[in-house]
Amino acid sequence: MTFRKYLVLAGITVFAAAGDSLLDRGMKNLGSVSLHNLSRLVVAVLNPSVTAGILLLLAFFACYMSALSWADLTYVLPATSLGYVLVALVARFGFHEQISPTRWLGIALIAAGVGFVAAGPSVTPGRHRENSPDVSRDTVSPEVES
Amino acid sequence: MKDVYAWAAIGLITLASTAGDVLLSYSMKRVGDVAELWKRRGALAVIGRVLGTPTFALGVMAMGIAFYSLLFGLSWGNLSLVVPASASLTFVANAVAARIFLHERVGRRRWIAALLVAGGVVLMAV
Repeated sequence: MTFRKYLVLAGITVFAAAGDSLLDRGMKNLGSVSLHNLSRLVVAVLNPSVTAGILLLLAFFACYMSALSWADLTYVLPATSLGYVLVALVARFGFHEQISPTRWLGIALIAAGVGFVAAGPSVTPGRHRENSPDVSRDTVSPEVES
Repeated sequence: MKDVYAWAAIGLITLASTAGDVLLSYSMKRVGDVAELWKRRGALAVIGRVLGTPTFALGVMAMGIAFYSLLFGLSWGNLSLVVPASASLTFVANAVAARIFLHERVGRRRWIAALLVAGGVVLMAV
């Protein structure tokens, strides 16, 4: 694991949390959408919070795909859950909201889970295609194909 | 009856998002390290190879199904039930599916992590 890879994992956490929060804020401004006025979803894109939220979620998706290209799914997934923790911490220290003891316990469990995974290996050997120059360029390596 | 619908939606969300995650992970494993590919052959090669992987489109479709199931689930059940229940079930289902379909080495460390995170997500929503 290099510094660049940790940055990509941090990107997953930050972009997912920020994108979801912005979408949430934008959709609350807009009011509820039911099956009868689905056209509102089209107009929703013009709301600046919603647009920013969608852009951030696209950035999240790019980071997520990048991480999956060199790490196991079971390694990357817990990183996505750190977003919940981030949102709670921003609410506590940025907006001075109260956090209940149960939520603190939830934060502790998620942090512990992420720590558990991060301390272990990031990848199962032989499951990812090798992209280094000495490996043939356009054929999928056999161990990944199987 | 509403509860049955809500749990049906939770089951559908879990199933679809697990299928999506597994398909996307499978696709990206076949693509290989995108940063390495980008460095050697440019951004277009990366985009071309990702979009040229058939399972990638399937994965995105599964994610779409999960998203719409979530919307319908929210119209039947509470936000505070549907979101944490499906999110935490997805963590556990993914650990099982990654082991079976992706042949990832899911050791005791990752099992404990999946359960801790699943429990934590539920507590965060209470």
